[in-house]
Amino acid sequence: MKFAVIVFPGSDDVEMYRAVTEVLGEEAELVGHDADSLEGFDGIILPGGFSYGDYLRPGALACFTKVMDEVKKAAEEGKPVLGVGNGFQILLEAGLLPGAVKKNKSLRFICRNETVKVENNETMFTSLYEKGEAITLPIAHESGNYHCDDETLQRLKENNQIVFTYENNPNGSVEGIAGIINERGNVLGMMPRPERATEEIIGGTDGLRLFQSLVKHWRETVNVTNA
Amino acid sequence: MYKVKVYVTLKKSVIDPHGSAVEKKLRELDYNEVSNIRVGKYIEFFVKKSDRDVEEVVKEVCEKMLVNPVIEDFRYEIEESVNQ
Repeated sequence: MKFAVIVFPGSDDVEMYRAVTEVLGEEAELVGHDADSLEGFDGIILPGGFSYGDYLRPGALACFTKVMDEVKKAAEEGKPVLGVGNGFQILLEAGLLPGAVKKNKSLRFICRNETVKVENNETMFTSLYEKGEAITLPIAHESGNYHCDDETLQRLKENNQIVFTYENNPNGSVEGIAGIINERGNVLGMMPRPERATEEIIGGTDGLRLFQSLVKHWRETVNVTNA
Repeated sequence: MYKVKVYVTLKKSVIDPHGSAVEKKLRELDYNEVSNIRVGKYIEFFVKKSDRDVEEVVKEVCEKMLVNPVIEDFRYEIEESVNQ
């Protein structure tokens, strides 16, 4: 499976690239913000970091790039799109996922491990987790305080779009939401950083199954039809 | 040429963590008459006169990029400016 890891000025692309290639053992390519095609990629990843210095709002300026038009196209085609940290913020700003993030309730940048509950394991990103499983993932953000109006929250619940929640809501998010998926089930955004939990030596491996779930899904569906 | 001033704040229905922190500190200093602090941002820019209605341009710029309508409200002032 070949991933595109999108690079904006200020992205933490290298960690993501390393997790996908060296740990997961899949193909990945770093793709710049001015790229005008994402053809040939099976999955798109918007990594964490501080694209465009978080100027205006986190993720806001990254939306107005050539590559984001392509990310939107890929999402419409049903390709898997994963946004973590700043990548999640970009997906929200781009309207690919509902809601927005505010500054953390504490107004502090929080960088530590959090216990995260898998609310929905019936997605292409989470099939290798148990439903309700508590996993440990690091967070590192100042604006991860997820907000949406009541109507949107109701819709998220009805469609099982809340994929991850925090056990101890560190940032003030509505209902402790840590990650959500679109209705179609191919665009996942989350504040915790699964790529930073893929090897014991860096503190844990609970994030690895997210990537493995995606690869499994691809092998069982897309790759089979192409063969 | 027009000079444009845009004021952006979090919507009334959205809790403002920044505003709440400032308000709490002011209370500690016994400013009990102060309430409902909302911390926002101020953006200014110029718009050249063109065929397009200046207000239409300003609204478009705000809604497209400067403001996130999911959580933010905005208002603006437009004034004619002779020198840039």
